[in-house]
Formats: sequence, structure tokens, C-alpha cells
Amino acid sequence: MTAGEPLIRWDWVASHVPDILGRIGEHVVLAGIALSVGLVIAFGLAVLALWRPALYAPIVWVTGTMYTIPSLALFALLIPFTGLSLVTAEIGLVSYTLLILVRNIVTGIRNVPEDVREGARAMGYTRAGSFLRVELPLALPAIVAGIRIASVSTIGLVTVTAVIGQGGLGALILDGLILFFSTPLIVGAVLSVLLAVFVDAVLAAVQRLATPWARAR
Amino acid sequence: MPTRGATVEFRGVTKRYGGATVALADLSFEVPAGAICALVGPSGGGKTTALKIVNRLIEPTSGEVLIDGRNVLSEDPVQLRRRIGYVIQQVGLFPHRTVAENVATVPELVGWPRGRIRQRVRELLELVGLDPTRYEERYPAQLSGGERQRVGVARALAAEPPVMLMDEPFGAVDPIVRERLQDEFLRIHERLGMTVLFVTHDIDEAIKMGSRVAVLQGGRLVQYAPPAELLERPANDFVARFVGADRGLKRLSLISVGECELRDVRTARVGEPVAGSARSADGNPFVLLLDGRGRPEGWVNVERAGAERFDAQMADPSSPLFTRTTRARDALSQLLASGVRTGVVVDDEGRYLGVLALEDVISLLRRDP
Repeated sequence: MTAGEPLIRWDWVASHVPDILGRIGEHVVLAGIALSVGLVIAFGLAVLALWRPALYAPIVWVTGTMYTIPSLALFALLIPFTGLSLVTAEIGLVSYTLLILVRNIVTGIRNVPEDVREGARAMGYTRAGSFLRVELPLALPAIVAGIRIASVSTIGLVTVTAVIGQGGLGALILDGLILFFSTPLIVGAVLSVLLAVFVDAVLAAVQRLATPWARAR
Repeated sequence: MPTRGATVEFRGVTKRYGGATVALADLSFEVPAGAICALVGPSGGGKTTALKIVNRLIEPTSGEVLIDGRNVLSEDPVQLRRRIGYVIQQVGLFPHRTVAENVATVPELVGWPRGRIRQRVRELLELVGLDPTRYEERYPAQLSGGERQRVGVARALAAEPPVMLMDEPFGAVDPIVRERLQDEFLRIHERLGMTVLFVTHDIDEAIKMGSRVAVLQGGRLVQYAPPAELLERPANDFVARFVGADRGLKRLSLISVGECELRDVRTARVGEPVAGSARSADGNPFVLLLDGRGRPEGWVNVERAGAERFDAQMADPSSPLFTRTTRARDALSQLLASGVRTGVVVDDEGRYLGVLALEDVISLLRRDP
């Protein structure tokens, strides 16, 4: 970093507003795709684990292993197959959401009290009806809690995908690193944190609205 | 909204778990339409298993259950359960749904129109003693244990089931609430007339609720009889021990004052001259003073009246009042508590009918086989 240079040059920020907004947009899209795809896959895996309990341990083992692979290494490993592409970025991002989401969905469903489950069966719910109309709504707080953790960690992780040229706030950080210029680096990092906090707050509000019964005491 | 009950018949029902454990062994009995059959016995006796075989939460190893002559095993379990009410001790209400939504569960599943469901929910909440406007929008977490049980009963009754299964429905509430819920349920049953299978481990509850009692031990039916017969003629030592050494006293709870022989006593009316009522032939100086409409005021000793005419002030009201529907057991305990030898029996308007003497109640007790 150049000596005598201030940590943030606000004039740079002011002249780059459209650029910064564009990066935020890219960041949201990258994280949004990862979370949506991750949720769909995790839901499928959770249903599989609930339907065949013996599959739960292997599913957790595989998704857990994926979770431990360092992201940079994973991207590097994928490049020979999928190149410097959105697919490469999303494979990495999605795989990091699975463990948290699968575990929260399965735990949420399993924690539905046995008497409630039996009540649903005895009232004449089909198995699918009981799952969709009774067990899933009751598991919602646990599921949303999982989505909140996954979204915060994904938003942080999206900054790394700039390395394989996918934009997002990570591109600002990368610019700063390459140019020895602290302003974009700080702007990218701070906005990434703010975005994560904001999304978490929105999801918390959604959860409150979706589960009025959980507050009733 | 009277519901017609259906007969429920167990035919050689056996349930084995794994190889050796027998939960139910060749269970056969028939519950007449509209009866309340109490299934009673020590835990592990097979009561709950028997109950759950009726709505196919458990499948029997062999044998069959017929509802109005139709084998439940030949029906689709989901459709079957929608026609059978089910109440359990833990209630199993849906925590994420309001009281109204919980009660509406089965009508919604079978596709009633909205208006009819709304009306039915209000009707049912009133039936179980919950004010619809106050309770409809509450969640189960906002209810007391007794209120939750009431909602559970309303939910089970929602689609007018001809058969209702109850597994220790009042087991988790305190004794005072339990007794009130029992009385209210009997009143509801009298109105609706569905057939009820009622599991309990409490013999007193079985005797109170059941018009028939099935005693199960180790998966076998030991005795199946009306409560009075169970108390008078226990089938074996196990049943005798199970109904308890106080079974004579318990039998009194099955007899009402109206079924006892009442005695007549000398009466006088307020305002009549005292001189007119001489001492009776047996030398008893007491008369029962009645008001203008024939309602008892209390006892007056004519020898110590100290006035010209009978007056309500003279009367000693220490005798307890009974109606024809008072249980003999309650009458006995009131007589013992008030320390008098006779209680006065009145009709619904409070008019004198006769008196019930302590000796007469005790002689009922001694009529033990």
C-alpha cells in the first residue's frame, strides 16, 4: 500500500457507485443461486434420510466431507472439468450449504413430538399429508435457522469466487489486493458483512411471520 | 347433531411382536352400538394395543375387528380413521394451528364446505364448554391442560364419528378437572350416542364411564361385564383384587337415591297449628316442616315448639338434601359428614318426596355376595 494514502478514499467510492452496486447485484445472484439449489438438493437428501433412516449417516458423512474441503482447493480441483465458469463457482457454493441444511431439516422433522405425529395419522392424514401439513410446518423454525446459517456463510464464501472470475464483492477485494489500493478492498469486505447481516435479519423476520404459533404462550 | 353409534366387534384378535411377546391373545368381545366400553387393567395388559387395532394404527397378527359388521382390515386405513374419533392422553393437538383449525382437521380432510366447517367448529367448542369467540384463535400453547383435552375431544367429534377411541384421555389433568371432564363427556355422550372405547388404568374411572367394562390382563380378556356385575361377581381373584376391597362402596356409586326404598315421615306445613300434630305412635316427636309449596324447611320437635303455629324459624335444617339422581355413595358420605341419620329426598322443584335413612344405605352395602 502506498505510504501517505488514506485507508479509504471517499472520492473513489463516490465515482464508483454504479460499479459497486453492480458487484452487490452479482453477489446476491451468486449467493441466491447457491442457496436455492442447495435447499432443493438438501430437501431431497433429507426426505431420503427420513424415508430410509439408514441413509442418514452416509449422507451426513458425504456432505460433511464436502464441507471440510478448503474452497480455493475445491475450485482448483473443479477447473479442469468445468473451467472458470459459474458452474464451478456454484458447485463449490452449493456443496458448502448441504451439511447445515440437511441436518437442520432432518432434526426439525424428527423433533416433531410423537403424539402430534400419531394425532395426524389417527385423524386420517396420508403419510404425505402429515409430512407437508403437520411435520414440515412444525420443523420450520429449525429449517429457517439452518437457512440463516447457510446464507451467512455462503455470502461470505461468494467473495472467494472472484478468484475464478465470477464477480461479486470479492472482485472489489481482489482489485484492492492486486492494485495495492485499500479502498475497494475495504468497501468489498464491509459490504459483504453488511449484506450477510441484512439477509439474516430479513430471514429472522420471515421466520417470525411464518410461525406465529411459536411466539404464542 | 345426534350421531348414531356403530357396533364394534373383536373376533379372535391376536397381536404378537417378534416371535414370543404376545400383546393380545385371542381377544373376542362385542361393544353394542352407543355403549361406552371401558378397557381397564394393569399396564402392559394390551388395552392400548386393542384400541389402536380398531383404527389400524396397529395391525393385528390374526383375527379381525368389525365395525357395524364391516371388517376394518378390508378398508383403506386413511378413510377408516376419518370416520373414527381419537383422543389420547398427550392430546396430540397440532401446535401450529389455532383451536378452530385443530377442530376443523377432519372436516377439512373430508372436504366439507367452509361455511359448514365454521359452524361446526363453533357448535363443538360450545359443546365442550369453551366459548368460541374467546378460544377459536388461540394456539394450543395458550391453553391449560383441561382446555387442551376439551379441544382434543372436540377435534375427535368433528366429523360426527359413529365410533370414538379414547386412550387415558383425562389422565394428565388434576383430579378436580378430571372429574368435571368425565361428567361433561358423559353428558356429551348422552346427546350424541356414539360408541366409545375408553382405555384407563383407573378402575374407578372405568366404573364411572363404562356401561361395559372389559378387564384385560397380560393380553387376555379376563372379564367383560356391566360395572355392577363386575363389582358383585368378579370373575376371579385377579379381578376381585383389581376392583379393590372397597368394591361394596364402589357399587354404591352406581346406585342412585331414586333406586333406593324411601321412607315416609310425618310432615307439617308452615302456618299449621302445632297442637294438631301429636306425637307419633312410636314416640318420635319430630316432624318435617314444609313450606307452602311442599319444600322442606327442616325438622321441628313438636314437644319443644313453644309456639301456636309452625314457623320456618323453628326448623332445624341439618339433614342433607338429595335428589333422585344423587349417587348413593355421595348420599352416604354426606350423611356421615353431617352427623345425622336421615337425608331428605326432593324432586326437581325441591318438593319433599321421602327420606333416606343411613341404615338403608348401609344395608345396600351389606348386600355383598
